[in-house]
Amino acid sequence: MDFNKESQILCSWSAQIENRLLQLLWHLIHVTIDLCHFPLRIANVLESYLISWGLLGRYKSFHVTKLRYLAIVVDSEEAYRTSKIIKLLQWLEAIGIKHVCLYDYEGVLKKLKDFILEKLDGTILFWDAHENDVLSDSDQQHMTLEFVSFSDGKEAVVKAANVLFMKYSTSGATDQNQKDKIFTESQMSNTLKTVGSGGPEPDLLLVYGPARCHLGFPAWRIPYTEIVHMGPLKSMNYGSLVKAIYKFTMVQRNYGR
Amino acid sequence: MGRINQIYGCLVSLLQKCIFRILSVGPIPNHIAFIMDGNRRYSKRLNSMEGDGHKAGFSALKAMLKYCYEFGVRYVTVYAFSIDNFKRNPEQVQSLMDLMLEKIEGVLKDESVFNRYGIRIIFSGNLGLLSEPVRSTAERAMLATAKNTTAIFSVCVAYTSTNEILHAVQKSCEEKWDEIAASDSSDQDEMHHRIKLTDIEKHMYMAAAPDPDIIIRTSGETRLSNFLLWQSANCYLYSPSALWPEIGFRQFLWGILNFQRIHFYLDKKRKQL
Repeated sequence: MDFNKESQILCSWSAQIENRLLQLLWHLIHVTIDLCHFPLRIANVLESYLISWGLLGRYKSFHVTKLRYLAIVVDSEEAYRTSKIIKLLQWLEAIGIKHVCLYDYEGVLKKLKDFILEKLDGTILFWDAHENDVLSDSDQQHMTLEFVSFSDGKEAVVKAANVLFMKYSTSGATDQNQKDKIFTESQMSNTLKTVGSGGPEPDLLLVYGPARCHLGFPAWRIPYTEIVHMGPLKSMNYGSLVKAIYKFTMVQRNYGR
Repeated sequence: MGRINQIYGCLVSLLQKCIFRILSVGPIPNHIAFIMDGNRRYSKRLNSMEGDGHKAGFSALKAMLKYCYEFGVRYVTVYAFSIDNFKRNPEQVQSLMDLMLEKIEGVLKDESVFNRYGIRIIFSGNLGLLSEPVRSTAERAMLATAKNTTAIFSVCVAYTSTNEILHAVQKSCEEKWDEIAASDSSDQDEMHHRIKLTDIEKHMYMAAAPDPDIIIRTSGETRLSNFLLWQSANCYLYSPSALWPEIGFRQFLWGILNFQRIHFYLDKKRKQL
């Protein structure tokens, strides 16, 4: 009996030691990775400064017109940094971006919309400038802004579903032809616009936050959107922004073909 | 030489198991999804036929599945064929369909492997767009593994997110109409706001799996190409530069390590929903 009890205690000790050792190794691996990321971060910061000072030739001029609609996703906790948001928008305007969509999950940026518009001379709301969401190619003087939050994503699809349900019920519901006319992707897009959550598909989505994650940007609008992680908003810099837009202009897309 | 390769293989496998044991101290992703991009570029790079790239891609898929299930990932999803891919050259489409049919038939012949590991296969997408042989074989594979509960392997075929959302909305409308007809209700207000988020989500093609924790798209491309857009709100998006047939343990490990570094943040965001 004593032998069994002792061997149980020994097993328990060795399991604890094994767990402690595994935890130590796990932390060691992650510390090593953080150390590996450090020189990469330094290199990125140096490159950003070189781009900002115009010392890297290829970033000096590129076809920014290829980027027709840009979306910025910001973590809601950082969305209160309005000075950073305004600076970012000023940079985008200087680069020549005509249409920007600002998104944060909780709608903090929506609430600060008037304040942001006031700080940016001449910038107008996208829906004030465009009756439909067709982007015109004509020269546009001022940048347009759109403010989007989670309520324009899944919640908007639910609202659109209820609108389509009304159409479906009034159509008689059993007619297959009617179903084929009501339930199409273009009908869905139009209905989302009707409920106040339409909008163009962004070509590029820049994520300012701790992780490369779109944080619930309206799913219907990003099927072929390039999603790039920029790091936290507090450490944003002009060079990284230029590099991200330049890389976008070099991308080739097949759209499944 | 064969003996040395065998010993080398065993050592590599042991090392991988040790690494998994250490990594399992941290959070293990419940669901990983893959966009298998780069098969055609791989064929071009090797100056071989396009079909060779897809066959090499299938070997890479088997390796990834093995790593996922050994590490304890319960749900694995792959983007095998998009509705957009039907726009390709008809010969390319047929070649892909033939490969899919061959592999699904292989699963049916060897169903004991899936049943032994308790893996259930689900084909998610607008299966009505597939040719009858592929569709019926896929349905037989789903039936053959339906009772397995240890892990789920979802194959998105004839799939796009926008089609998935539209399909879910349509099914929700049809279901609500049937409910109203059965209840004989004439309340207009009740009719106006009948469909809820839960109604739509239960009709998604991917309803059997939770939202993904990581989406891995190979070839360095940064878009989702209409894949799991609805489900990826708080999902870590990882784009290694390797082409799909080149993906290996190194990329898998890097994806897991990065996921573990940001897991706390993404989990916090998920709980806000």
